[in-house]
Amino acid sequence: MAEDLDTFRAETRTWLEENCPPEMRTPPKSEKDATWGGRNPEYQHPDQKLWLDRMAARGWTVPDWPKAYGGGGLSPAETKILREELKRIKARNPLNSFGISMLGPALLKYGTEEQKLEHLPKIARGEIRWCQGYSEPNAGSDLAGLQTSAEDKGDHFLVNGQKVWTSYADKADWIFCLVRSDKTVKQAGISFLLFDMASPGVSTKPILLISGNSPFCETFFDNVEVPKGNLLGTLNRGWDVAKYLLGHEREMISGFGLGGAGKDPLVEAARAGVDPILRAQIALFQVRAKAFAAMSEKFIDELKAGQAHPAQPSMMKYYGTELNKTRHELQMAAGGSDALEWDSEASHEGAAARGWLRTKANSIEGGTSEIQLNIIAKRILDLPS
Amino acid sequence: MPLYLNDDQTMLRDTAKDFVASEAPVAHMRALRDADDATGFSRPLWKQFAEMGFTGILIPEGEGGLGLGHVEAGILLEEIGRNLTPSPFLATAVAAVEALKGTAAAAIWYPSILSGETVAALAIDEGAKHNGKIAMQAQRSGNGFRLTGAKQFVTHGHVADLLLVAAKTENGTTLFAVPSDASGLSATPERLADSGIAARLQFDGVEVDADAVIGEVDQGDGPLARLLAAGRTGASAEMVGVGGGAMDMTVAYLRERKQFGVAIGSFQALQHRAAHLYSEMEVARAAVLKAQQLLDAGQDATEAVAVAKAMTGLATTLAVQEGVQMHGGIGMTDEYDIGFFMKRARVLAEMFGDSNFHANALAEAAGY
Repeated sequence: MAEDLDTFRAETRTWLEENCPPEMRTPPKSEKDATWGGRNPEYQHPDQKLWLDRMAARGWTVPDWPKAYGGGGLSPAETKILREELKRIKARNPLNSFGISMLGPALLKYGTEEQKLEHLPKIARGEIRWCQGYSEPNAGSDLAGLQTSAEDKGDHFLVNGQKVWTSYADKADWIFCLVRSDKTVKQAGISFLLFDMASPGVSTKPILLISGNSPFCETFFDNVEVPKGNLLGTLNRGWDVAKYLLGHEREMISGFGLGGAGKDPLVEAARAGVDPILRAQIALFQVRAKAFAAMSEKFIDELKAGQAHPAQPSMMKYYGTELNKTRHELQMAAGGSDALEWDSEASHEGAAARGWLRTKANSIEGGTSEIQLNIIAKRILDLPS
Repeated sequence: MPLYLNDDQTMLRDTAKDFVASEAPVAHMRALRDADDATGFSRPLWKQFAEMGFTGILIPEGEGGLGLGHVEAGILLEEIGRNLTPSPFLATAVAAVEALKGTAAAAIWYPSILSGETVAALAIDEGAKHNGKIAMQAQRSGNGFRLTGAKQFVTHGHVADLLLVAAKTENGTTLFAVPSDASGLSATPERLADSGIAARLQFDGVEVDADAVIGEVDQGDGPLARLLAAGRTGASAEMVGVGGGAMDMTVAYLRERKQFGVAIGSFQALQHRAAHLYSEMEVARAAVLKAQQLLDAGQDATEAVAVAKAMTGLATTLAVQEGVQMHGGIGMTDEYDIGFFMKRARVLAEMFGDSNFHANALAEAAGY
């Protein structure tokens, strides 16, 4: 077994050396450098496509999914080795995807065989870009208060309503969406639908944020016809799917506090010289960041072994996002006036300032920090209502 | 290696939990304190540790021990922390055993450590803050050395049978195994805030034989590094126990205590603080397990050990502060146990370098 893994590591290393283009071993310069795939992919560099295609051909964009669904069919131990080897050469993520991090796990658990075969391979290859239709203007932290309606019209649902904070809705091809299929009950009247953003009646409008960017949109549904076969899970039991998926979303967001592969900009800034008070703050931050990295590793190991508490993603999300906000506050403090430049070339179009402002959403999106603390208090610590 | 306990380790945890909670709960510590016990721990309890095999937890099987690792030692230390058990386990069975490992001195001291006859103490600090600076001199004298200088914060140093002493020699640092009856050695025991006892030691030309050298002359950095890595990781594990014990008491109190006609644990202000505390403790626990596993795998654990010690210092300090605060007035009384957790956490936080010391070490290692 151990020998097999050694062989796997050696082969993986060789393959990555031969197939990961040099450009893809440098840190992304800005958010735009990320590869999201989709029907109309945007690439800043041709190697992005090359790297995605090569990884997807091996199923390594989703190494632990079954091969039948476009995955690599790797065991947990092999997946871990692949991740380590990718990190070793500082490889960029071949594909950023809500399909992989959020919808995929829900499809694997709740999807019919037909749904899995239709959607999962396209997610794995980055052919379809997904967005998430959860929040509504009056259903943010109280998510189950959502009102977007789905009327049963025999062979299809008729969807009407509005979503908000739909990340990249204007760039997405399909949406996974929570809808109200029964108005008389709250959680038990919600269903989970998948549909094409090109369907008649779907429109989107970007929301400009304090960072000057618009990853989020308002999304409107005006008599959108969704075929019955696009229901994921059971009618009126969409809340189960939603909660399962939220756990995965929180896991994904919780990774933000760790910093990317390669050089840590905070450490770089500190090396360049900061006052002793800031140095101490950075050092104490590093203690928490490195301890949280160990926590993330432990959490993933426990998840794989089925040992993690089901509410533990709330702790990871809470801690990771608060940590990330602290990281960016310190980076701004270390950067001084350089970090304040908004669109100069030297600042990579204000990457530091825009990144700092973006992190302020981390502790709001995917359930606020306060909601996560409520969940920990009630479900893990068993404190009374 | 996955970052959670395997089946054998889980079994050991259950055994350790039962053993420490039944033989040495917080009441045991309170009784020693109330009796103004001059030893600072219970010799009969230490014998029981030996009978359970715990004194040999890190001693290789070939030398009569259990041949287990830092994860297993930490399992026991966490229970010691949770029950605030005064014990020479950390200094003797963890730090001293690791320092002696693989040296000729192991054959001299392991048998009596295994049998529970020898208690070791660590004479490594010379100032009020742990800083790694050594002023003590060891000069060649006949077949051996003469040690001159002073050490402080030596837990149980007034009753230990064996002292591990770091001193400057001609071309480096040397670690010595000094029997406590060596002439010229005097110990002044001082009671600490947590009611434990640490000694100030004075070495006035203490004569030791050549075989008191642990490893090689001038080559003490190796055994000293093993001692410190084991001590820091072990103290971190004990702190996870102290912090976890304080948190468990506090959460239980939040569920029971009623004010304004309801359990105070239903107040969101307290729920959020308790949930934050839980998060800090979990992160600290993960950092400790990471350090233990790296040490057991024989990999470079320098950074992980510093992170573990610093993080447990931060998290456990929060746990005991919130513990006292959320208990309200009763938390300030001597009769109630929560205050003991605060005192013990402070002592462990200071031992082998506090959070600031280790954060600074991380910064230096990263080049800033």
